[in-house]
Amino acid sequence: MGKKVGMEVSLAIAEAARMADTDVVAAYPITPQTHIVERLAEMVANGELDAEYIPVESEHSAMSACLGSVATGARTFTATAGQGLELMHEVLYVASAMRLPVIMAVANRALSAPLNVWGDQSDLMAVRDTGWIQLICENGQEALDSVLCAFRIGEDKRVLLPVMVHVDGFYLTHVVEPIEIPEEETVKRFLPPAPFPMPLDPDKPVTMGAFAPPILFTEAKKAQEVNLRASKKVILEVWDEFARIFGRQYKPVERYRTEGAKTLLLTLGSFGETAMSAVDKLRGEGKEVGLLKLRLWRPFPFEELRQAVGDAELLIVVDRALSYGGPGGPAYSEIRSALYGEKQRPRILGFVGGLGGRDLTVTEFEGMVKRAQEMRPAGAEQEFEMYGVRE
Amino acid sequence: MKKTEAEYTWKDMETGCIVTEPGSASNYRTGDWRSQVPTYTFSRCIKCGVCALYCPEGCIRPNAEGNYQADLYWCKGCGICPRECPTGTIAMVDEEE
Repeated sequence: MGKKVGMEVSLAIAEAARMADTDVVAAYPITPQTHIVERLAEMVANGELDAEYIPVESEHSAMSACLGSVATGARTFTATAGQGLELMHEVLYVASAMRLPVIMAVANRALSAPLNVWGDQSDLMAVRDTGWIQLICENGQEALDSVLCAFRIGEDKRVLLPVMVHVDGFYLTHVVEPIEIPEEETVKRFLPPAPFPMPLDPDKPVTMGAFAPPILFTEAKKAQEVNLRASKKVILEVWDEFARIFGRQYKPVERYRTEGAKTLLLTLGSFGETAMSAVDKLRGEGKEVGLLKLRLWRPFPFEELRQAVGDAELLIVVDRALSYGGPGGPAYSEIRSALYGEKQRPRILGFVGGLGGRDLTVTEFEGMVKRAQEMRPAGAEQEFEMYGVRE
Repeated sequence: MKKTEAEYTWKDMETGCIVTEPGSASNYRTGDWRSQVPTYTFSRCIKCGVCALYCPEGCIRPNAEGNYQADLYWCKGCGICPRECPTGTIAMVDEEE
């Protein structure tokens, strides 16, 4: 059994990277990720973690250094947020296409302008198509557990892909939560060393990151697509094994009080906790409302989502990011697309809220359920709106 | 027999498109990028090798007589060698179809 302690979630993430016996950390500090890498730098400096800490000059360099590090067979961890994730954007595609399992925590933050260091999921949505496996955490325990699982998933020989662990900036990163810290020995058994199988080795030279002409590029992309989709099987396997060892079971789509629910809310990340309280309150009033929480963002869990939605009549997707001039929140449009082919599908409405650190409280989730009923009549034009904006 | 590029399916792609055969870049014909080709008046060649030093492709070597000459499998026709040759041995002419 592990030990339950009160710990800031950022420090728990650093602790997970330490217990994973990370060999290299290359990172650049940025709010609200700072405490994660600050703690890791401290661990390396005082000998708690036997690793190389590379203090790079930018996030672009951080991710580039991580690629080189994984390519030599070293277990590699980094973390960033918001603008930092955008600065490393082009290198993210390289990590996934070169199949280098960098593990990265992202403290989700709004993107400028106006300048805003607070939390939302604009950065998460901007890296949607980078080919990384992406897990979204709801609380501190999940953040620690997900980092441990991320190493196992990414380094699996059938996967070999980088993994992002998304944690809401401030809402999670700066909050002290009761977190069960697993035993060191158990983590070591769960996470044996699994170096990159074709590392850079002077005795057995390979070329990484070579070019592919038009005659090969399409085949390379198809291989990447098949590989990312197939990783879902391994993700589920790892979560099941994690449950057997550590006693906490994770699923791609979590259900909360969905039995007989005619109306379902759907959230990504920490706002699921607030939405649960709203569901409890509404259930107390006899309303048939439930909640779905999307934990696995890439590869997208199509089957699990369809099963979880079941025969609900109304599905309300809450996004903390906006696709300007597009079909509403990014999660909303993806979920509508995922359910489009279903014979029986709920009316799907979307709200965009909680932007740039604006809170969404229990009352506001209740308000969304109420507002959705008003928007619901079939044929109504508006299918998404920004919630809580002052008109 | 080894597959040609055109026969490669997505299943044949190496993990992460890693190239496992050392030096395989030399199989890549860059000579067909050329629109001009170097020609030689070897009677002027003093075998100094300056052209080979400047060649960005590294494809110039002494021939059987010791005169420096570009290998047209790789020569891209950039025109640096005639510019650097101190004796005017090399001249670029348009590549014929």
